[in-house]
Amino acid sequence: MLSKPLRQPSVLPGFGLTFGFTTFFLSAVVLLPLAALVLMAAKLSWSEFFSVILDARAVGSYRLSFGASLLAAAINLVFGFIIAWTLVRYEFPGKKIIDALIDMPFALPTAVSGIALTTVFAQNGWVGQYLEPLGIKVAYTWIGVTLALTLIGMPFMVRTVQPAIAEVQKDLEDAAETLGAGRFQIFRRIILPTVLPAMLTGFALAFARGVGEYGSVIFISGNLPMKTEITPLLIVIKLEEFDYKGAAALGTVMLVISFVMLLAINLLQAWGRRRHTRSGR
Amino acid sequence: MAARAKDIFVDEHATRPGRDTFMTVASRALFIGLSLAFLAGLLFAPLATVFVMAFEKGYEAYLHSFQDDATASAIRLTLITAAIVVPLNTLFGLAAAWAIAKFEFRGKSFLITLIDLPLAVSPVISGMVYVLMFGLQGWFGVWLQDHDISIIFALPGIILATMFVTFPYVARELIPLMQQLGNDEEEAAITLGAGGWITFFRVTLPKVRWGLVYGVILTNARAMGEFGAVSVVSGHIRGLTNTMPLHIEILYNEYNFVGAFAVASLLTMLAVVTLIVKSLVERTGYKGH
Repeated sequence: MLSKPLRQPSVLPGFGLTFGFTTFFLSAVVLLPLAALVLMAAKLSWSEFFSVILDARAVGSYRLSFGASLLAAAINLVFGFIIAWTLVRYEFPGKKIIDALIDMPFALPTAVSGIALTTVFAQNGWVGQYLEPLGIKVAYTWIGVTLALTLIGMPFMVRTVQPAIAEVQKDLEDAAETLGAGRFQIFRRIILPTVLPAMLTGFALAFARGVGEYGSVIFISGNLPMKTEITPLLIVIKLEEFDYKGAAALGTVMLVISFVMLLAINLLQAWGRRRHTRSGR
Repeated sequence: MAARAKDIFVDEHATRPGRDTFMTVASRALFIGLSLAFLAGLLFAPLATVFVMAFEKGYEAYLHSFQDDATASAIRLTLITAAIVVPLNTLFGLAAAWAIAKFEFRGKSFLITLIDLPLAVSPVISGMVYVLMFGLQGWFGVWLQDHDISIIFALPGIILATMFVTFPYVARELIPLMQQLGNDEEEAAITLGAGGWITFFRVTLPKVRWGLVYGVILTNARAMGEFGAVSVVSGHIRGLTNTMPLHIEILYNEYNFVGAFAVASLLTMLAVVTLIVKSLVERTGYKGH
């Protein structure tokens, strides 16, 4: 490791300029401000810090943020696979448009998807009016929060799983079928092993995105403390009360979780690549 | 009917011995049906709602909502923010991609992870970090107040927060693309006596132009649509520090649905244009990341 030079020689110019600009800009815009957040939280003593982050209202917000994000990512695990499979394996009219629209929740401002979802799922909305007689209330409940997070996470799951499904070798499926394997057996023994790393990566991406999501959720959630209040909203409330240290403490918790998720996603992607090379393709 | 019959018989599953055609057709219908039902409820209905609500009281009410001063100033502020943020992040993306894709150095993957960091962070945190730095009780709050400089609840804060959120997009498009295209042509240009800048503008830039176009257009869409981060730093001063997404929230909470969805319809059209550009770029053979 030590024998490896700091930078391998190259005939191309401009390393100093571009590397310097990159690290400077990165530090000024991203790293220093993030450090300011952690330092602000460090102004609290450990006992104060824990009393802020373990406060009943904060714990209630974690339960909603994490619970709804997990559930949304799980829904996406199923439907993301179904949509990706449909787009890779089947031809049907309008497929190209639908494929392009998958990225819509990513390109659409979160405030727009927030108010639009709320309108559709409100008691008198297009979909909400049919759920109301069944006793299902979506808008202003945890179900609405889950739905918003499902929409936000969907492109991440579909776009991660799509290339993996394209990798599944059809001749293996055919061979298995000739040898008498049933549909479920083919799915479990041939398709699933190939797409599993991608599905888990997509799950982690959708989950990580959901935990931090703010714009699309605050319109459809009722924002009731302990019930339908997500953690990012609690941070905003603390900031508006000028409780900077409390907000920084909660922000640090979320930042740590983001780091852990980022690490998990990188490990999952590395695992996927290793599997990919080992299978000799 | 003829087309349906052709589908069944051309389908390769159907021609295979031992596989009954009914199950193949049924599973195909099930997959397509489930996909469309899921997308219809969760994506298509909300998209359609935006325009139905915006035009609920007619075409004139829709146009009238843009004559409101606060709406006009929100649109102006959003355009100003994007005009400052997009070029800066494009410059950063080009520099980062050149440093990372053209050279081998230690700590490279760590640097890439750091560049990706804003994508993993909650938008609320992206805005909050600047409040903690420049807000009245933040690290530099008192100093800024003494010198009569306002960053939070003003344009600079909005620009910083937007920059943070859209920071990685151009770099993320360009780095894999430049790595994949390799250095051969650049090395040839340099060896033949071209300078660094000439090599960049004449060799590298034309090679990566489609990736750059998509990165820039995505940065622009996210910059104009950012809500959470900007909401934290803006202070929601009507007519002064309200961007379009923030103005949507205010109009919506005032039950001015036509106004809220009219502004939302502009941002939705921006998203549609972004996706169209993406498809056009992909048609050139470039595959997005």
